Amino acid sequence: MPESIPAGSVGLVTPQKKHFEEPIELACGKTLPQYDLVYETYGELNADHSNALLICHALSGDHHAAGYHSMEDPKPGWWENYIGPGKPFDTDRFYIVCPNNLGGCKGSTGPNSINPATGKFYGPDFPIVTVKDWVQSQKHLMHALGINQWAAIIGGSLGGMQVIQWAIDYPDRLRHALVIAAASRLSAQNIGFNEVARQAILSDPDYHGGHYYEQDVVPRRGLMLARMLGHITYLSDDAMRAQFGRELRTGRLSYDFDVQFQVESYLRYQGRSFVERFDANTYLLMTKALDYFDPASEYDNDLAAAFKRAQARFLVIAFTSDWRFSPARSREIVKALTDARRQVSYAEIESSEGHDAFLLPNDYYKDALAAYMDGVAKEAGG
Amino acid sequence: MALRPDLAIIKEWITPGARVLDLGCGDGALLRMLRDERQAEGYGLEIDPENIVRCLQAGINVIQLDLDAGLDDFHDQAFDYVIMTQTLQAVHYPDRLLQEVLRVGRQGIVTFPNFGYWKNRLQLGFGGRMPVSRALPAQWYDTRNIHLCTIKDFQRLCRERHISILEKVVLDYAHRASAPITVLPNLLGEIAIYRCQRRGNQGD
Repeated sequence: MPESIPAGSVGLVTPQKKHFEEPIELACGKTLPQYDLVYETYGELNADHSNALLICHALSGDHHAAGYHSMEDPKPGWWENYIGPGKPFDTDRFYIVCPNNLGGCKGSTGPNSINPATGKFYGPDFPIVTVKDWVQSQKHLMHALGINQWAAIIGGSLGGMQVIQWAIDYPDRLRHALVIAAASRLSAQNIGFNEVARQAILSDPDYHGGHYYEQDVVPRRGLMLARMLGHITYLSDDAMRAQFGRELRTGRLSYDFDVQFQVESYLRYQGRSFVERFDANTYLLMTKALDYFDPASEYDNDLAAAFKRAQARFLVIAFTSDWRFSPARSREIVKALTDARRQVSYAEIESSEGHDAFLLPNDYYKDALAAYMDGVAKEAGG
Repeated sequence: MALRPDLAIIKEWITPGARVLDLGCGDGALLRMLRDERQAEGYGLEIDPENIVRCLQAGINVIQLDLDAGLDDFHDQAFDYVIMTQTLQAVHYPDRLLQEVLRVGRQGIVTFPNFGYWKNRLQLGFGGRMPVSRALPAQWYDTRNIHLCTIKDFQRLCRERHISILEKVVLDYAHRASAPITVLPNLLGEIAIYRCQRRGNQGD
C-alpha cells in the first residue's frame, strides 16, 4: 500500500467502461450481439487527437497498466515501470489507453459475465476469441474515444501479437508499432506448454465443464498448476538459480512431499495468488488465442506478404534470456519486415530475467523505449 | 560536428532514392545524411547498445546484429549499396564479410584505415611500437581493430575473390585526395575508400 503516491506514477486511476450495442462477428463464426470493454486511460488527449497510445496486455494482464486504484492498493499496475510522467510512455506527452480484452475476467465481457440471452454466466459457452477479434473490438473502442489514428500501439508477449495484427489489419490506423518479446506464431513447444496448462484446468474435478460459477467453486488446483507451469517458462534458468538456488526452507531434507525447496514455495505462492485474481475459463481462452495467432496464414504463410500491407514504423525488442519468446522469434519478425521493405528497428536487450524481463526495470530497455517514444511524441506535436 | 571526410565522399557515390544497408552504422550519422540529402532508405546494423539508442533517438532504422554472425537474414542483391565504414578491420572474418557485402548489395562501399600509411610504418619500423594515430586511436590492448590491412592487402584480397574495384579514393593525413597520393597511395594514404562489386555483376 502506498503511503503516498510515488513520483513518476500516474497516481490514483479509475477504470472506465464502454458498452457496445453493435454486434461483433468473431473469427470462430459466432457473433457477440453486445459487449462491454473496461479500460483505463492516463494523460490527456491533445487538441488534434494525435497523441493517443494503445497498450495491449498479455496473457494474465488486464486494463490496469499503471497507477493505483486506491491508497490501499498493495501494488501498482503491471507496467508501472514504463508508464507515467517522465517515463518512456510519458503521460505528460501521451494519452494512453489500455483495455481489458474480450474474454477477460476483469470487467470486459467474458466467461464470468452474464449472457443477456440466458440470464446466466457465459462460462464455457463464451466463444473462443482470437487476436484478430480483440483488435477489431479495440478499433471500436478507438472510435468511441474519438481517436482516428494511434500515435503508437505497444504490447509485450501476447500484447505484441495484437500490435502485429493491428499493423496488418488496419494499416492506416497507427503510426508506430512496438512489438516486445513476441512471436509471429507459437512454436510447437509453446503450444505444448499451453496444452498442459489447459489440461490441468480441464481435469480439475471442480471445473464442472466450465460451469463452476453455479457450483460456487473454482478449479483452484488446475488453475494453480497452470500458473506454476507458466511461471517456470517466464523465468530463465539463471534467474531461478540466482533467486532460489537449491535453498531449503527448513535447512534440511524432510523426506516427504511437502514444500522444501524455496522454489517450490515460491511457485505455490504464485499459483495460489493467481487463483485469487484470475478466472480459469479466461485462462483457457487466452491460451487458445495465443495458439491460434498466425497472421501469415491469411497470406499463404508468407509473413513478409502480410507485412507488405503495414504502413507503421516498427520497433521490435527481444530479451537475450527469454526462451519462451526467444530473440530468434523476434528476428523472424524483423526479417519479414525487412523483406517487405518496411521501416523497422530491432534491439536485443541483455537480461537474465527471461520472458518476464519485458515488465522489469532495465536501463538499455528503458533508454531504447524512451529514445524511440521521444520521436513519436515530437511527431504528434508534443 | 563536422562530417567525417570518408562519409562526405560516400554521399557523392550514392544515387538518389537508393536502398542502403550500413554495417556498423554507429550513431547513424551517415544514414541520416543519406536519408536527408539522397532520399535513401534502408537500415543500419549495429551491435553497441549506446549507438542503437542514438539511432533510435535520431529516427534511424537500426537493427541490433553481430556482423560476425553474417548477413543471413538478407536476400541476395536486396540493397543497391551495402556500406561498411571503418568496420572491416574490426570483424572476425573480414574476407567472408566482404563476400557477404557483395552478395546482399549490388555494390559495396568499404572504408578502412590504411595500415601501410607512412606514419604507421615509422611508429612500428623505427619506434618499434604499435601505431597510435587519429585514424587508429586505441592502444593495442583495447583496440577493436583485430584485422588491420594495407591498401595493397585489400586490393590483393579483391583480386583473389574476383571483386572488381569500381572506384577508389585515398585520403592523406589532412583528409585530402592530393596529387602525390595517387602515385604512392599505400604510403601516403591514411584512409582508403572503395566502391566495388562482384565480377560479372551488371552495370555501374
